[in-house]
Formats: sequence, structure tokens, C-alpha cells
Amino acid sequence: MWVKQISVFLENKSGRIAEVTKTLSEAGVNIRALAMADTADFGVLRLIVDNTLKAEEALKANGFTVGKTDVVAAEVEDRPGGLHRILTLLHEGHINVEYMYAFVQQSGDNAVMIFRFDQIEKAVALLRQNGVTVIDDDRINQL
Amino acid sequence: MIFDIEFETMPREALESIQLRRLQATLERAYATVPFYRKQFEKAGLKPGDIRSLKDLHQVPFTTKQDLRDNYPFGMFAVPMDNVVRIHASSGTTGQPTVVGYTARDVNTWATLMARSLSAGGATRGDIIHNAYGYGLFTGGLGVHYGAEKLGASVIPVSGGNTKRQIVIMRDFGPTILTATPSYALHLAEVAEEMGVSFRDLKFKYGIFGAEPWSEKMRDEIERKLGLVAVDIYGLSEVIGPGVAIECHEAKKGLHIFEDHFIPEIIDPATGDVLPYGQTGELVFTSVTKEAFPVIRYRTRDISALHAEPCICGRTLVRMDKVSGRTDDMLIIRGVNVFPSQIESVLMEMEGVSPHYQLVVDREGNLDTLTVRVEVDEHVFSDEVKRLQDLERRISKNIKEYLGVSAKVKLVEPKAIARSEGKAIRVIDNRKL
Ligand SMILES: [Zn+2]
Repeated sequence: MWVKQISVFLENKSGRIAEVTKTLSEAGVNIRALAMADTADFGVLRLIVDNTLKAEEALKANGFTVGKTDVVAAEVEDRPGGLHRILTLLHEGHINVEYMYAFVQQSGDNAVMIFRFDQIEKAVALLRQNGVTVIDDDRINQL
Repeated sequence: MIFDIEFETMPREALESIQLRRLQATLERAYATVPFYRKQFEKAGLKPGDIRSLKDLHQVPFTTKQDLRDNYPFGMFAVPMDNVVRIHASSGTTGQPTVVGYTARDVNTWATLMARSLSAGGATRGDIIHNAYGYGLFTGGLGVHYGAEKLGASVIPVSGGNTKRQIVIMRDFGPTILTATPSYALHLAEVAEEMGVSFRDLKFKYGIFGAEPWSEKMRDEIERKLGLVAVDIYGLSEVIGPGVAIECHEAKKGLHIFEDHFIPEIIDPATGDVLPYGQTGELVFTSVTKEAFPVIRYRTRDISALHAEPCICGRTLVRMDKVSGRTDDMLIIRGVNVFPSQIESVLMEMEGVSPHYQLVVDREGNLDTLTVRVEVDEHVFSDEVKRLQDLERRISKNIKEYLGVSAKVKLVEPKAIARSEGKAIRVIDNRKL
């Protein structure tokens, strides 16, 4: 029902993201989506990959601090107001979006967004009730 | 159980009058018999008779480890060798060892203090004590041994080493009290596991651990792995050996100092000023009953603080904090004394924070700045930036609260802090003073 996201702690030094992508490519892991959130000193790199377990092992073996989080991948109609409609739904349902970012591939005609919620089960139920397609771990790997 | 109910629960006023009487006698004797102490008094323009109150002790010069070394081996003895019945020495890892002597009465005093300590740590005369402190020049083994006999318990003088045989003895003899260094206690647990012996099946109830600094985290680990209640014992051969102070097993919060034999002070290591109760600084001891080797305002270089609040165990003796480090590591930042171990305590207390940290001191213009680098491990990591920023803020706030110094906290990647032979380098001082 939801998707596993990997996050990596990085100091704000040049070349650190490249270290992560190099580690993953050497492990034969495909990056499906990637977003960086940073401050002046450090950042958190968030990743959706095709093999979470393998990615986690490879990163840990290379000395990175790795976290795993459940996130939601939802289809967003690729037209003006598509995202706005979803955010309004969530807002009215009193669900906080901690952060979100775009998935690279489309799902048919629709864009895919990754959401991090404070109350994930409630969020998924609300989206489904309102006809929003939520994509699970298996299907996202086929996009 | 309280071994010496009269002295361990004495009202403050009565205790202080005994301390003063014994202090005056000690100063008189040291002045008369030890040339070093006579010179110290003369340097300060003092006579022992000038010390009329406990407060007057503050005027007397300190004694340092170097002073003891300078008088190697027997120069600090206050009695003729005819009256010395025992000699111990501290390990001289750096430079000369320090040599201490005991009269028959000193040995008896020490045994009583150790009986009090074992008792405070949970031992009774019905117990079997597995004593894994080393026997020899080191005071640990014989200190516990004499105390155990004084208490009337059965003592197994197993000493250190030959760990596998120790496990067999533990299994076959069923000791109920373990005395050892905390690191050796954990080693025993490891070896027992390798041998397929579970500490849960042994009969241990209490463990009395000391002779090296150890953290609350280590206490948790020992209690979990050995299935016993672990208390801290403090002492140093220069003062008498183990049995200067002991944690009671009821509170396990600070070590009661046997003040009827030792007067403790906490001083600012930089200025030598005496600090009030509650403040952290260097522990200083004056012995008031020892005959062969009296020490007067001896600077231990151990970092602690004293607390006078009453204890649930009923003892009226002040408590010292677990020793958290050595004065040798002290930094002075904007006039505030900072010990790396204090930062470590702050981090430890905040659940989950990795103990790998480093203090970086810089001088910008005329202002010292302190940056605390903390490695982010999986326990504290979050995919949400605001949680990590919140962690930085909380650490910074706690450091300000406990140490009174502002620090910038910087989260860093694992292994970002340089290690030297496996140990993290705790302090980088970039100030050009
Ligand atoms: Zn107590």
C-alpha cells in the first residue's frame, strides 16, 4: 500500500551526493526518485530505489547513516489544479504533509508524487475515498 | 545495611566537631614529622595552631601527585618504619610510582571503611564475595579482602586473570557478591557466555565496581548482562585505597564519602578556589585519621561535585558525583571551565544521542567559540530535517543549562570524528594563546 523510502544523512560537503549515487550504482541499485533537503550544515537525501534492502546494505557498508521511512506514492492528474485538489483534501482532513517530491516516471497520463505524512494510514484512506490512485511498492517498480 | 550506624548517620554538627578535632591532630603531627608539610606551612606563613575551624583548612597549601613523587619512596611517611606494617604503590604508568604506607591502626581503619563500603553495596556477613580485584601492590585486592573479613563475609581471593577458572569457581562456589573493575566484570560476562555459563543461573545479587571511571550506560550494561545490582566504589591509594566513598545500593546516586576520616573539597582546578556544593571541579581530600601517610589537601585530578541533600539510605554523609573525568582534559572557554566529560554526560542523558562527539575551540577576534560536533547514528537520524535541527537546538540548550557556556552544535556523519587507535579525539583547540 505504501512505498519504502531510504534517507541518508549527509554533511554539506561537495561530492557527498555523488558518493551515494556511486555506491548505489556499484551495488546495481536503480534510483527511481531522489530529493535533497538541506540546511547550511547538513542535508537529508531521500531516495526511492528498485531494491531497498540492497541499497540499505550497500550504503551502511560504506559508512552512511541510513533511515527507512514509509511514504505514499499517489497519482496526480497532469493538468492545472491536479496537485492543488489533493493538498486541499489533505488539509481539510487535518493531515500534515511533512514533505513531498516528484517521481521521475509517469503512471499512464498521470504524474506521480511522493508524500511523507504524519498519519500515513489515515492519509491513504482519505486519498482512496476521494478516488486518488495510490501506488504500492510492487507497482512503482514497474513504472 | 549500615555497618557503622553511629558514624554513618551522625548529625552534621557532631560530625564537623569530630572532623575539626581530628584535622587539628593530623596537621600537628604532619607538621612535626614530615619535612615537606612543615615547609608547606612555612611557605604559607602558617602554624598548625592557626587552623581553628574547618574553613581555615582553605588556607593550607595543596599537595600534588608531583609532591609525592618528589618524596619517593618514603619521604612522606609520618611514622618511623618500625610502625609501618604495609606498603602499597600506585602503578607508575607515567613517571615514578607513588608509595604509601600503613600502620596497624591504618590497616584496621581501612578494613572498617571497606566493611562499611561492602555493606552499603549490599553485602552482609552471610554473603560469599568473589574478589576479582588484583592482589599486590595495587590496593584493590587487599582492600576488599580485609573489608570482607571485617564484615564477616566469606571472601574468595581469586584476584585478576585466569578468567575461565573464575567462571568455574563462580558456578561451583555460588558467590553472591562480585568485586572487580567494571571492565573486567564485562569481560567475565563475555567469557562466561563463550563457556555456555549464564550469569542468570549464578547467585550474584550485588556487584561493587571501581578503580576506573565508568558511565551510567556501562552500569546498565553490567546490570543487564550480569543480572545484579551494580554500585560504584571510589578510592585512591594516596588517600587510603578503595573505601574513600561508596554508592549505597538503595539510591545508586552519588557516592557517600566517609567524612569522619576524609574531608572532601571541590576546587576550581585553574584558580584553586573552593567551590560550593553542587558545582563541578577537582576533588581534594584531607585525611584526618591516617597515621603513616597523612595527606593534606591532596589534589586528585578527578572531576566531581559534592551534594549535601539527605539520602534515602539514611546516611548523613555527603555524596560525590561519579567521577566523570580528569582535570588534565579541562578547557577554559570564555572563563568557564569545561570538561569534555560534562558534554558527554549531557549527550548521554538525552536519549539516543551517540556518544561520539568532539569539542572544537576557536578564537574569533577576542572571543572563544565552542563547537560541539556530534556524529549522527541511526538512533537519532530522521528523514525530517526539522527533527535534526531540533536535536541540535536541544543539545545546545542543555549544554548552556548544565555548563553555562554557549556552544554551536554541528551534526556530522558517522566516523567524521578522527579516531586515534580506536579512541575518538575529543578536543581540538585551535586557539593560539
Ligand atoms: Zn545513600
